[in-house]
Amino acid sequence: MKIPCPHCGDRDLGEFVYGGDASKKRPEHGSKGAKTWHDFAFVFENPKGPHLEFWHHTLGCRQWFKLTRNTATNEVIEVVE
Amino acid sequence: MPKGYSIFSILRHGMRPGKAWPEAWAKAEPKPNYDAIIIGGGGHGLATAYYMAKNHGMKNIAVLEKSYIGSGNVGRNTTIIRSNYMLGANTAFFEKSLQMWEGLSHELGFNLMVSHRGQMVLGVSPGQMDGLARRGNTMRLNGIDAELFNREEVEKELPYLDFSKEARFPIHGGLLQPRAGTVRHDAVAWGYARAASALGVDIIENCEVSGILKTGNKVTGVQTTKGKILSDKIGIAVAGHSSHVARMAGLKLPVESHLLQAFVTEPVKPMVHHVVSWGAELFYLSQSDKGGMVFGGHIDGFNTYTQRGQFNKVKDIMECAVTLIPFMARLRLLRHWAGIQDMTPDGAPFICSTPVDGLYLNGGWCYQGFKATPASGLTFAHTMATGSAHELNKGFELDRMMRGDTLDEHGTGLRNYRQ
Repeated sequence: MKIPCPHCGDRDLGEFVYGGDASKKRPEHGSKGAKTWHDFAFVFENPKGPHLEFWHHTLGCRQWFKLTRNTATNEVIEVVE
Repeated sequence: MPKGYSIFSILRHGMRPGKAWPEAWAKAEPKPNYDAIIIGGGGHGLATAYYMAKNHGMKNIAVLEKSYIGSGNVGRNTTIIRSNYMLGANTAFFEKSLQMWEGLSHELGFNLMVSHRGQMVLGVSPGQMDGLARRGNTMRLNGIDAELFNREEVEKELPYLDFSKEARFPIHGGLLQPRAGTVRHDAVAWGYARAASALGVDIIENCEVSGILKTGNKVTGVQTTKGKILSDKIGIAVAGHSSHVARMAGLKLPVESHLLQAFVTEPVKPMVHHVVSWGAELFYLSQSDKGGMVFGGHIDGFNTYTQRGQFNKVKDIMECAVTLIPFMARLRLLRHWAGIQDMTPDGAPFICSTPVDGLYLNGGWCYQGFKATPASGLTFAHTMATGSAHELNKGFELDRMMRGDTLDEHGTGLRNYRQ
């Protein structure tokens, strides 16, 4: 599997570290309620289909970026930034 | 015990060459409604149906399998059984499971080839040896067998490991659980399917669930590729796809689906007499009865539903194999495959009721599912039949993260590669 780094182009998966779901929004600092933080930290959308996610080009340009990947096929649909 | 297999039946069958054996379980078609439906015809789903029929007298049960019996994770794991756990709910649960494996072949009337060859967990630093001693002590206090080995004792038992001065990770010792071992995984699926079918359970293959029907907050049935099937008790036992199926009932779970690879080499003469696990990197290996080395390592590291492993992880695991056991470099790889795992934030499973009335969940196995099959079936059957948790699965509730009651046995979970 290759990951299209927006800065370096298509590179082997082994150069990257996965950063998880990028569609999650961190609750405001100081937000009250255990459920808010529980859902942020522990509950996952985990779709079988398009998934917006973070990748880090650890062994390359060391930039973080987002892309949309189909989790049912591993096809990269769109590099966001 | 279901009737059929014995020395006499083999002799009788041998007298009539060319005649096929009767099918091990009945190929059922769905009835319009059931007292309970179990989604997923893997080891856990079939075991659940069997114990519901056997222990709770329920006969009108369906197990729905989207493909054929044995096509999922029950046939994709590395067949290891063990109970070297030390945290609260885990210890008693996995020990019960190991005890159940001991008599299961007789109970099911199907040879599961249960082999108590022992599992040796190797330590590669003084700190790890302290950790193993602590684990061993906790196990022994709970009545579970464990023996601590020093380097010389390990070398006597497992002489093929790299004990040279150049070893990248010098072996300091190990913790042996003598009763751990391996089980023929396909036989587990077939044995439970046959025994459940004999008790009147409908096992319906090629029947994929596409929707869960609800009235208000109560389940009423499922929509499948074989039409609508009604029931007010539905159990999800589809680990790997738990989030996908739970979403059909409007539930979001603390689960992410990750991929785990496994490998087998060409067969060689008997050499590895234990299950061997390694402390330097997650790596485990055993030799099958056929002679192949069966081994695996860590998950690939990103959520996916494809049952195809990535090459960088193949490389990592081969490096582990050769670093620990130098002769592995001379063996050729025969096959390699992958399965989808539910990974939970604390690395422990869920066997519980859910916020939806009549919907029950068995999932989040984090690649510990196979060894848990009998106890998982026993406790999930109890939970579904009675509506309340069994003594052994009280700790596996869906809200344990919310209560701060995590079971972080290995200090891992689905994000351990980022820590």
